[in-house]
Amino acid sequence: MTGKEYRTITDVKGPLVFLNKTEPVAFGEIVELRLSDGTLKNGQVLDTSDDQVIVQVFEGTASIDKQTGIKFLGDVFKLPVSKDMIGRILDGAGRPRDGGPPIVADEMADIIGAAINPYSRQSPSSFIQTGISAIDACTSLVRGQKLPIFSASGLPHNDIALQIARQAKLVDSDDDFVVVFCAMGITAEEYNFFVHDLERTGALENACLFVNLADDPAVERLITPRLALTAAEYLAFEHDYHVLVIYTDMTNYCESLRQIGAAREEVPGRRGYPGYMYTDLAMLYERAGLVKGKKGSITQFPILTMPGDDITHPIPDLSGYITEGQIVISRELHQKGIYPPINVLPSLSRLMNAGIGDGKTREDHKSVSDQLYAAYAQGRELRGLVAIVGEDALNERDLQLLKFADIFENQFLRQSRDEDRDIGKGTLDYAWELLSNIDTKYLVRLDQKWIDKYHPNDKKN
Amino acid sequence: MSEEKGVIYRISGPVVTAIGISPRMYEVVRVGNEGLMGEVIELHGDQSVIQVYEETSGVRPGEPVIRTGQTLSVQLGPGLLTKIYDGIQRPLPELEKTMGVFITRGVDADGLDLEKNWNFNPVVKVGDNVASGDVIGTVQETTTIEHRVMIPPGISGVVKEIKSGDFNVTQTICVLDGGDEIKMMQKWPVRTPRPFTKKHAPEVPLQTGQRILDFLFPLAKGGTAGIPGPFGSGKTVTQQQLAKWSDADIVVYIGCGERGNEMTEVLDEFPHLIDPKTGEALMNRTTMIANTSNMPVAAREASVYTGITIAEYFRDMGYDVALMADSTSRWAEAMREISSRLEEMPGEEGYPAYLSSRLAEFYERAGRVETLSGGDGSVSVIGAVSPPGGDISEPVSQGTLRIVKVFWGLDAGLARQRHFPAINWLNSYSLYPPSLDQWYRDNIKSDFPEIRTQISSLLQVEAELQEIVQLVGSDALPVDQQLTLEVARMIREFFLQQNAFHDVDTYSDLKLQYTMAKAILSFQEESKKALAGGSALEDVVNVPARTDLMRGRFESGYEDRIEEMLDDMSKQIADTMETD
Repeated sequence: MTGKEYRTITDVKGPLVFLNKTEPVAFGEIVELRLSDGTLKNGQVLDTSDDQVIVQVFEGTASIDKQTGIKFLGDVFKLPVSKDMIGRILDGAGRPRDGGPPIVADEMADIIGAAINPYSRQSPSSFIQTGISAIDACTSLVRGQKLPIFSASGLPHNDIALQIARQAKLVDSDDDFVVVFCAMGITAEEYNFFVHDLERTGALENACLFVNLADDPAVERLITPRLALTAAEYLAFEHDYHVLVIYTDMTNYCESLRQIGAAREEVPGRRGYPGYMYTDLAMLYERAGLVKGKKGSITQFPILTMPGDDITHPIPDLSGYITEGQIVISRELHQKGIYPPINVLPSLSRLMNAGIGDGKTREDHKSVSDQLYAAYAQGRELRGLVAIVGEDALNERDLQLLKFADIFENQFLRQSRDEDRDIGKGTLDYAWELLSNIDTKYLVRLDQKWIDKYHPNDKKN
Repeated sequence: MSEEKGVIYRISGPVVTAIGISPRMYEVVRVGNEGLMGEVIELHGDQSVIQVYEETSGVRPGEPVIRTGQTLSVQLGPGLLTKIYDGIQRPLPELEKTMGVFITRGVDADGLDLEKNWNFNPVVKVGDNVASGDVIGTVQETTTIEHRVMIPPGISGVVKEIKSGDFNVTQTICVLDGGDEIKMMQKWPVRTPRPFTKKHAPEVPLQTGQRILDFLFPLAKGGTAGIPGPFGSGKTVTQQQLAKWSDADIVVYIGCGERGNEMTEVLDEFPHLIDPKTGEALMNRTTMIANTSNMPVAAREASVYTGITIAEYFRDMGYDVALMADSTSRWAEAMREISSRLEEMPGEEGYPAYLSSRLAEFYERAGRVETLSGGDGSVSVIGAVSPPGGDISEPVSQGTLRIVKVFWGLDAGLARQRHFPAINWLNSYSLYPPSLDQWYRDNIKSDFPEIRTQISSLLQVEAELQEIVQLVGSDALPVDQQLTLEVARMIREFFLQQNAFHDVDTYSDLKLQYTMAKAILSFQEESKKALAGGSALEDVVNVPARTDLMRGRFESGYEDRIEEMLDDMSKQIADTMETD
């Protein structure tokens, strides 16, 4: 079948090309389109039957006419992978973008990515220290986890992602992380920010970038994260690397998904996003994890901007159902000038309990984290009350909690962009120090034995 | 049978259209050169529409489609327990052996180990009359569970020959006079409920050891419950707690479209958990079905049927079975995805118009029944629902709530305050207490229902008082109402909150629950007396014995010491009067 070129286009609609009278074409097959001026475009088969084939064109359908020649390449999309990808910058379709030579393939890997057998997975349980107190203490990250950053426009999620990429280290081994960075529809400015920072810290040599910028074809964004994850899987499971995958911005990815759905005249789900968006997102997010018998791991940090700061919007909502928690960036804290403006209350790490405690972080970690949450949550709630009735109406306990909420935000959360806090001394001991502003009898979440062992002697008791 | 073999006409994701065959609805077919497993879901002129349980990329029109003549069925017999299956009953460890760690396609695996020999002990003898559902012998399947081998539905006769000893599941162990050869394995189509004689009223509670569930919103054996909640509110933990601690004989856990790492955690953890009743591994009574969110969507659609058929099979042996489905929303989404590929006219939010009838059919397969052989068995179904944005006005939540009798409403606000289990005590409900109350009176304490009413009305009163507190602050309330707030806080922090990850606190039996509830009420009594006698509220609520009582629940042997702690508390509260 190779070599045969069809000129049987009937319809062109949005990013889709419809053609008929072909020989049998495989579902998911890769397609090459040759325009009358000789330009080449690539696409993929979305629907195939004896009468009609629907092709999704990655570079957009501009200039395609009915004379465009279409060649089916006889295979599904594969990415050439090799260890040499580390240190390289590739475009959204996997071609070099840094002026370097093409990747010499050790292997051609199918980019769809098969599901890991749940029986073959290994439970993630190694704590990753990010050096950011809010994350380390309250939403601890574990190797093999997928923990998205839920942010919104105008918030410093990129700084936080970069700080994590710079500082992330395992406490139980000396292995370093390799960063696979996947940009989907971000601006050139944001991209430069990432690249400069990675260059400045020398991290670029240990990173592999897949870049689809805002002015690159929107449909290409649908394959960019698949390429990045395919590379990550190769590095993790063939070469034993611990891979940290950062992708930004998932919202742009979902917009592209919606665009394809609309062009196919599919029945839309919520807010026009396709009904299969959950499954589609799962096929990306679920490619994180550890596998029995392999040393490497994939940890994912997807960044998404919540449209209108709305956490119930389908994109954050469906993501939250798949990922193992979320880190929520708060506009309110950002406006108070607090960096990192992480609102720990809606933030969550589902794998935290597996990664903390005696022998991993510290025996009192869970208690301290619960107590921080409870005290801060109550303190914040009291702020609302104080706005109505004034501080005079509060009892002693409430006053202490109210004060603690401010202390927590200004001292515990706040740290500089280069500050790398150690989990024991930098974060947990500090938490105890701050908690000592509250009378011990109100600290009901703390076990007595930890109070005896870790509570700094404060004068109030 | 008409044409056995046809060809593929069209492929669109998991939906394949074939021509040249005329199969029955829901018949299983083999698709393409690799023989991918699929199920016929629509007949349309000379086209048969097939949902394929495996990834279809690379498949071309013109490849063959072969009929099997059978509908999607599960293999039932010894060897189901301790197993972990995908959505179409392929054992995951077997798949790992043949495909490696990534799930590829075109591999078949039997649900039961066909080679393994089981020791069969007959309980009938030659000349006995046997009918559908009658037990003809037993196999010790795991150390705790005896597998009862039954005559398959639709067969009866006089035993002509019965064997004893070691056999595998495909060997004949019994022959009837009509010539029927009975084997230990039977097959059953997953979309058809297994037959029973009649349904009983739910009169026995399913004990879970979870205080808020057992005490305030109980589920009956054979009942149905829905757990809707936004992400991060603890649905999965609640489901897992039920799988671990509920007093069912058999547990079927369906991980439907959920996270891979979470399933792995269950797989790692369950074999190490000990059943508090038998002292044996909990895994011995458990079958798991894991179809993670990135595994093929059609198999996800099938997984709940696979699960409930296995549950019904154990029910027919006379066991109490608890089935957990996490999450039914993912199942509904699988239906939506398939439906949209079929270009069906959608109902609400793109879900197919038959969504609510499918949900109803599924939950209707629960129940406490008289089995065909005259015994008692039950299937209780607990379905998690994941409403988008936590808004339960969406179709799956609403479809579920119309059917289930128990609603455990998870609350993101409570989860944020780290109040776990984050079940909202104001909007959750259970319709079972009227039919269960007699059981509580007979088996726990005669005033159990009254104590429950007192506890729940205190929580109601608190909610009303809180509205006032939001406006004027708690100091403005009269002292008896301030006490009510304190008592309600005690109910919340001491009774309703339960730490699933704490060795001791993770499980409280009904007697202990009753004692704890009484302790709270006696605190209220004593404090009222003390306040009337002139004590200050501050002194009464801060007696050290109360803190000890509350913290004590984290220590083992709490049941034995709670009375003593209560006495201490009473004394200390009384003392506040004298010092004044």
